Amino acid sequence: MGVRAWFEGWPVYRQLTGDDPLGRGAAAMSPDTRALTPRTATADRVVKSICPYCAVGCAQNVYVKGNEIVQIEGDPDSPVSRGRLCPKGAASLQLTTGESRRHEVLYRRPHGTEWERLDLDTAMDMVAERVIATRRATWQDEQDGKRVNRTLGIASLGGATLDNEENYLIKKLFTALGVVQVENQARVCHSSTVAGLGTSFGRGGATTFLQDLQNSDCIVIEGSNFAECHPVGFQWVMEAKARGAKVIHVDPRFTRTSALADLHVPIRAGTDIAFLGGIVNHVLSTGSDFREYVLEYTNAATIVGEDFQDTEDLDGVFSGLDPDARHYDVTTWQYAGTEIQAASGERDELYERRADHKADMASAGRSESHGSGGAGFHGEPERDRTLQHPRCVYQILKRHFARYTPEMVERTCGVSPDAFRQVCEALVENSGPDRTSEFVYAVGWTQHSTGAQFIRTASILQLLLGNIGRPGGGIQALRGHASIQGSSDIPTLFNLLPGYIPMPHAHSHENLDAFIEAVKTDKGFWANMRSYVVSLLKAYWGENATADNDYCFGHLPRLTGSHSTYETVLAQLDGVCKGYFLLGENPAVGSANAKMQRLGMANLDWLVVRDFSLIESATWWKDGPEIETGELRTEDIATEVFFFPAAAHVEKAGSFTNTNRMLQWHFAAKEPDGEARSDLWFTYHLGRRIRRRLAASGDPRDRPVLDLTWDYPTEGTIEEPNAESVLAEINGRHAAGGPLSAYTELKDDGSTACGCWIYCGVYADGVNQAARRKPHTEQIWTAPEWAWAWPANRRILYNRASADPEGRPWSDRKALVWWDAEKGSWTGHDVPDYVADRPPSYRPAEGATGVDAISGVDPFIMQADGKGWLYAPAGLVDGPLPAHYEPQDSPVRNPLYAGQQRNPVRQVFAREANRFHPGPEEAGADVFPYVVTTYRLTEHFTAGGMSRWTPYLAELQPEFFCEVSPALAAERGLTHGGWAHLVSARGVVEARVLVTDRIRPLTAGGRTVHQIGVPYHWGPNGYTTGDAANDLTAMALDPNVHIQEVKALSADIRPGRRPRGPAVPKLLAEYRRRAGITADTGMEVRG
Amino acid sequence: MTGSLVGRNLLAGAEPDPARDAGHRDAPPRMGFFTDTSVCIGCKACEVACKEWNAVPEDGLELTGMSYDNTQGLGASTWRHVAFVEQRKPLGNASAGGDGDLRWLMASDVCKHCTHAACLDVCPTGALFRTEFGTVVVQEDVCNGCGYCVPACPYGVIDQRPDDGRVWKCTLCYDRIGAGQEPACAKACPTDSIQYGPLDELRERAAARVEELHEVGVADARLYGHDPQDGVGGDGAFFLLLDEPEVYGLPPDPVVTTRDLPSMWRHAGLAALTAAAALTAVFAAHGRPGGGRAGSPRLRGPRMPGARLPGARLRGARVRGGWR
Repeated sequence: MGVRAWFEGWPVYRQLTGDDPLGRGAAAMSPDTRALTPRTATADRVVKSICPYCAVGCAQNVYVKGNEIVQIEGDPDSPVSRGRLCPKGAASLQLTTGESRRHEVLYRRPHGTEWERLDLDTAMDMVAERVIATRRATWQDEQDGKRVNRTLGIASLGGATLDNEENYLIKKLFTALGVVQVENQARVCHSSTVAGLGTSFGRGGATTFLQDLQNSDCIVIEGSNFAECHPVGFQWVMEAKARGAKVIHVDPRFTRTSALADLHVPIRAGTDIAFLGGIVNHVLSTGSDFREYVLEYTNAATIVGEDFQDTEDLDGVFSGLDPDARHYDVTTWQYAGTEIQAASGERDELYERRADHKADMASAGRSESHGSGGAGFHGEPERDRTLQHPRCVYQILKRHFARYTPEMVERTCGVSPDAFRQVCEALVENSGPDRTSEFVYAVGWTQHSTGAQFIRTASILQLLLGNIGRPGGGIQALRGHASIQGSSDIPTLFNLLPGYIPMPHAHSHENLDAFIEAVKTDKGFWANMRSYVVSLLKAYWGENATADNDYCFGHLPRLTGSHSTYETVLAQLDGVCKGYFLLGENPAVGSANAKMQRLGMANLDWLVVRDFSLIESATWWKDGPEIETGELRTEDIATEVFFFPAAAHVEKAGSFTNTNRMLQWHFAAKEPDGEARSDLWFTYHLGRRIRRRLAASGDPRDRPVLDLTWDYPTEGTIEEPNAESVLAEINGRHAAGGPLSAYTELKDDGSTACGCWIYCGVYADGVNQAARRKPHTEQIWTAPEWAWAWPANRRILYNRASADPEGRPWSDRKALVWWDAEKGSWTGHDVPDYVADRPPSYRPAEGATGVDAISGVDPFIMQADGKGWLYAPAGLVDGPLPAHYEPQDSPVRNPLYAGQQRNPVRQVFAREANRFHPGPEEAGADVFPYVVTTYRLTEHFTAGGMSRWTPYLAELQPEFFCEVSPALAAERGLTHGGWAHLVSARGVVEARVLVTDRIRPLTAGGRTVHQIGVPYHWGPNGYTTGDAANDLTAMALDPNVHIQEVKALSADIRPGRRPRGPAVPKLLAEYRRRAGITADTGMEVRG
Repeated sequence: MTGSLVGRNLLAGAEPDPARDAGHRDAPPRMGFFTDTSVCIGCKACEVACKEWNAVPEDGLELTGMSYDNTQGLGASTWRHVAFVEQRKPLGNASAGGDGDLRWLMASDVCKHCTHAACLDVCPTGALFRTEFGTVVVQEDVCNGCGYCVPACPYGVIDQRPDDGRVWKCTLCYDRIGAGQEPACAKACPTDSIQYGPLDELRERAAARVEELHEVGVADARLYGHDPQDGVGGDGAFFLLLDEPEVYGLPPDPVVTTRDLPSMWRHAGLAALTAAAALTAVFAAHGRPGGGRAGSPRLRGPRMPGARLPGARLRGARVRGGWR
């Protein structure tokens, strides 16, 4: 630098000679300031990705410089997120590049007191050997004389945070190994959604998509804290509000969602069936239903069989209850003149005579198989289009809901008649040909012992109001993990195969023909079941699957009842399950009865944990709550623990399926550091190692593993499997190898292979459709060229219903798809969810089957009768109609059915660590007098593994707290900011107290009901720590899908911190003694 | 030196073009933030996006008990802060059904980027400067940690980091906007509560929004910091509030703490002249001068007592729960 330049660079010189005499602007700028460039502008490349937190599916741009990720922010091109991110998404950079992530494999030897280092290769070999040994030792060829072909010695949990491709490989490998206990977060979050929506409409996914909220005239958010848990999706509620829509929030707490609503209705936790049932009654009793829609598109006119008896007739239960087996025989619920699906097919007559057979089948989670295809029946049901027949669905519905009066709503829910009236009126005023209303829910509805029926009630209401399949209408199920819809569709679930094909059952599904006969329907697309199943078997076992060997159908392990994650815990405690994979899930904090989760793990031979950090599920043997209380001693625990560091979303390629069935591809920005690996890598290379070790085996039990197609191309120094090749397999191909473009091309003769029939088309033309990123500003509002949604890229399901029976939009304002007579096809703003060239006038010939049997007016093409089901004659195990039952642990006597307190067929386990509370009015009932509800906060994520270790998130909600009303604080002597401890029969936790008007006591069941809110994110590990709310909760499950009841339970609360060490079990024992709790408490079927 | 600057009080009063007056000849339109708190969902994405982009350190795990606000206020390591206010008060247009008498206000606060920025005026090193976008930015390579700017800010925004001594605050993402990108907080904001753009446009949009809210019955809606005639000449970052500013922890009537500086200097100068004249008279009378001890005082303009205006130190004003 010359002297002159140096002098001229002197700020004082510039100040004196330039335009900035005061030296406060241009003259003051330093050379660094002048050279400032944002790192987004200097990055070498921008990699397209998707946020790894909730299921809104916000698009991210990942900026990479060299091999370093320097910034992650929203992608403005996305039609869903429009470039925005919530605090969690905004913290993705710290999540993925922060110091809290582990990059080394760790090993804890049996009885060891510390972690040891192990190199990745050795650890992989050790795990492969343990899988082989445990599998051998625990193998079952048969159970009760029937072939089961499986092991209950190994289980896995996790998948909702993983890619579809990863879930696909996990399910494929474990199924071939005979492992049936494969589960993921979908079980504990939204399994009841699949059963509830699936039986009502034919598919188990949300009926609409987020952007469509803007078209709504009235949005009822209930069972969801939308603004807090899905903030970026909530922008579409704000859009609707800006256009004049009314926003109603029904929730026990006044949350950040309520703050933005036009109306907040406080409700007693767990009483939504009574509330929604009250609205159904209002609609029916005032004749406010959308009659033409109801008549043409629902089963309102269908006649139900003579043997059906309602809760009105039987004091709160339906016909068919077998109290000893804790089970309903559903045959009396059928339509007149039809026969239930399960009655067909080849079966084991001996086994059939046993009383528990049907209970056994029912418990196998079959309701969840309606994720894409409703329940079936044989025969032609009768209909009365006058809706006058006393046994037609419409009349049954009227009688059933007649007792759900506004007064009953008030007594049950604690909702004032005025607030209730406002909700009823808003919904009725905003439904009809010209207006639509939408319901939005999440786990506030699903996580109950009657969870599936919560969703059924909303489905009935939306069908009556004519809001399904129409813009601004529908039911929006908000899912909470990046790919939890995907991990249901390509299930890491015990009861399902990809595309909601049920897992075969030992006693009914002996061979392929029997299986197909039992699970297919006569009408609709589910009639092509054989094509879907054979194509899946071809994808799994390739050339080894032939017509001669039943396409390797015999390789599939068989179920004998429920093997859900909760039964898996019992199997661990019973010593049956010995090896456990945790793949991005933290049950020691996140699952109900967290103590039993930990005790189960302490009884394992080996445990594999794959995560970012040392979560509680990885370290319970060292520093878990039971170590502190002395109930477990580290040296006594024989479990061998492997910790594998996981790759983050930016370090691997793959697809996430968002909450609206949309598959979005994320590309790898870099390879993971150290020994961190993707689950695709882990599963693939574990499979290779196992196959290598078994290669010489002549044992027929090893054939399923050895016959597997397991040869994916790998890339890079770490030999990462090519995710797109897995996606191509999922999409499916012709025998010649070319990609399929739609599931209608699938064949049942082995000439097509397809890993997941409902995803067929995602790789059409050999192009990764999930990676499509055409900006939303360059296409129509439904943005069909952004990514790809199942089925067939439809964004609003059942959209045939957006047109009247003649195929015309119900109104201009609500036009979506319609029949174009000139072109002879359906057309519109969305891909028609219909046979594209089938005119409205089409009527099937008598005896028509399959797709030909779908009439020109029937919009619910996956249903056996093409109708939306107001009444579910099949598909659910706890009733064809919803009925309000109290939660398992409730301080309130059921106001609706005096003779029936709880769901009679709920699933409960009488275990020492899983005791229940006395019912109301029983001795000891007042020991646990308050209602507790668990929930999420915006600032954290599920069991905390992706937020408690992230400082930017931890500082925003730094401690576990509970929220109480001023009245409860006064009653129990709790002080704002002080400590309190909450006690249930299962556990005790301490939390800081927030006394707030946002929680208010309600009057219900003739008493004051205090509710306590507890977020469930915390655990003892991480950057912010605290007790785990799930130490309070119990394993009390919905019988349809085995989801736990954690949104409504009872507990006591006392000021001050909880006791420490051995005083904890003592306190719990004292509480149980005072409440008189035994193994029988709360186990009743009737009463 | 442009003639227009001569004879004007550049520290207060009308100032239509602060960037040009700070020597940016071809300055682009003045850019700013409009934070519409009526659509804020309190998610704190702004806080995190800001920290991620600017590498602002995490600054403490403290459950405050101030509703969901555990950030407490703007500071050296918090450049966006979301306030949460729970009130027994109807929202205006909300139905009187369930909780009609309860509302939960949320508002994302930020440096106001004042038209007349006292922090900048008092900075002796030139670390603080006015950018071509009219925003006020600290240059971390120039700041020497003297801290003069801290008491000068009428909003209590600018703050020193204890471990480093230098002052830090929102830069309105000077680096990003220079490259045509949106500031990190505004880009992340899920409901567009934080809007970034040319200040003129934002002011128009804000006025329309207030009108719209009034029409639907939200009588409480009002703008804060939008008025070029106010004590700081209008804020580059202004707000739509649903209650009095104090409710959100904002000073009701902020005044640039250097407003009277020119007149103070004039008075000081006059006083000095008078004193000098008097001394001269004395010395003239006594015949000889008496050493240098009575020389003019070393004026440090910035450290005027007047810089500590009521409400200037917001963090002190916000009670921290008081239960630790």
